Amino acid sequence: MRFWTYSVNEYLFLIAAVFSGLLAVAIFCFLLFFGLPLLQSGQLADLLFSSWAPDKGLYGIYPMLIISLTLATLSMLISFPVSLGCSFVITSLAPVRLRRILLAIIRVMTGIPTVVYSFAALFLLVPIMRNLVGHGSGMSILTAAPVLALVIAPTMILFFVDSLNKVSSSFTLAVDALGGSEIQKLLYVILPLAWPGIVNGVLLGFGRAMGDTMVSLMLAGNSTAVPESMTESARTLTAHIALVMAFDFDSMEFKSIFVCGLFLYILTAALMLLFRMSTVYFSERT
Amino acid sequence: MRKIFYSVSISIITAVLLLFSASWSLASDDLSSFTGQNGTLRIAGGTAHIPVMKEAAKQIINFNPKIQISIAGGGSGLGIKQAGEGLVDIGNTGRKPSDEEIRKYNLKLFKWAVDGVGAVVHPKNNAQSLSSTQLQDIYSGKISNWNEVGGVDREINLYTRDEASGTRNVFWKKALAKGDISARANVVVSNGAMKTAVAGDPFAIGFVSVGNMDSSVAPVTLDGVTPNLVSVRSGEYKVARGLYSLTKGEPSGFAKLFLEFIISPTGQKIVADKGFIPVQ
Repeated sequence: MRFWTYSVNEYLFLIAAVFSGLLAVAIFCFLLFFGLPLLQSGQLADLLFSSWAPDKGLYGIYPMLIISLTLATLSMLISFPVSLGCSFVITSLAPVRLRRILLAIIRVMTGIPTVVYSFAALFLLVPIMRNLVGHGSGMSILTAAPVLALVIAPTMILFFVDSLNKVSSSFTLAVDALGGSEIQKLLYVILPLAWPGIVNGVLLGFGRAMGDTMVSLMLAGNSTAVPESMTESARTLTAHIALVMAFDFDSMEFKSIFVCGLFLYILTAALMLLFRMSTVYFSERT
Repeated sequence: MRKIFYSVSISIITAVLLLFSASWSLASDDLSSFTGQNGTLRIAGGTAHIPVMKEAAKQIINFNPKIQISIAGGGSGLGIKQAGEGLVDIGNTGRKPSDEEIRKYNLKLFKWAVDGVGAVVHPKNNAQSLSSTQLQDIYSGKISNWNEVGGVDREINLYTRDEASGTRNVFWKKALAKGDISARANVVVSNGAMKTAVAGDPFAIGFVSVGNMDSSVAPVTLDGVTPNLVSVRSGEYKVARGLYSLTKGEPSGFAKLFLEFIISPTGQKIVADKGFIPVQ
């Protein structure tokens, strides 16, 4: 009968937790409710595999789906090694004073809105990319990826630092006693023990990368064609939603956004679930 | 979802909350109706309208600092929708709303300027004169290199607007004759963003409202007619449309005063100063 012995505070927290949990479910139901008519009318295949050309009656989101995944993966590939390296430096490799300064900078970085990064990149990175690539407008997947990597890095670094710091000092002291170097300590003791936290950081980072709108909207070019290379203009699901939002509520364009939202939701949720399940699976085996 | 909303609201609501200190200079008669008023007015929608809206808001707030006016972009589609849903007091649109939209939302339209829409390129681009056919072929992707139309040997970077844009609507109808716009075109979200993009890209072609053109971009002469104030006013340049503000039902309160101000001689002078053609 633990339930009856809850204090008022505990009830308040319980309500808050249940409420936010239900909110996530409610959003899914909301998207499903508005997206369902489109899915039922047998247009699912059309929506999933055709391109976006409202003038011709095509409301497909295939290019955007592919781009969202590509961009998130690419930025993760850039961001993960950098973030891991940063967290190593912050937790053990740098002098103590420098660690504090670095950590403070990273904390500030988490609060910078992505529109600021995008705006700076629009004037700094886009012209460089245009000259480097030699064709196109300079707005491409390859331009957006490093900026997105920068956006998700602070979150990941903070998560990594937390989990690296949590490793019990009895282990690290043992390494010191055995005469191990800092690097040996990191690679052979801390990292194997801290990896569930690292996985969580990666998950959160990937979620952010999938969900970010501003970076791809301002830097990826928003073309609706399926790009043939990384240096071409492309549109993500989130940018697509932002671009199509202005349509009239009754228009087919507007209705198709709900399907976009639905797929964004399902895609992110499925990836998270997959990742979590594999984490549980592997941690049980080790 | 909350994060998406957050980002989107930053992108579309380039809201300018104008709060200026009092300065009672130039209290013209057209502004006198704002005497003693206080409150807020929300305006959103078409991005071609923004220069005029900002100047009008500045004069009104300078006259009476108790009034707050917020001006947001978002495009014509958003202007119609938000005004219709009652989310803003005045919605701006660069295309006439459809009869259905007018009926459904009970919209009242106010046309306060005529505006051309012209293709623009980077000022250093040599290909500043095109025929309609060339322009249509460029936008459909048939012509993909500047050397085919008298420029350098570089790929053409296409820029267009989102499908809800009023500027895109008139350009597509009247300059492109409802022809295809290549799916490979870059999409930007406002007249301002279009100007920035083209000004920064030597191999770009895009289109902006004539009132929004400045020296950072070069207008493209279409079939021998350069889009500017004179050619749009004379009707020689054909790619033009009205600029509208709309309200849900008959305008009242601030919205009414604001619209009356835009139509007044002072307001129409702002319209002309900003490069549009007044209607009065």
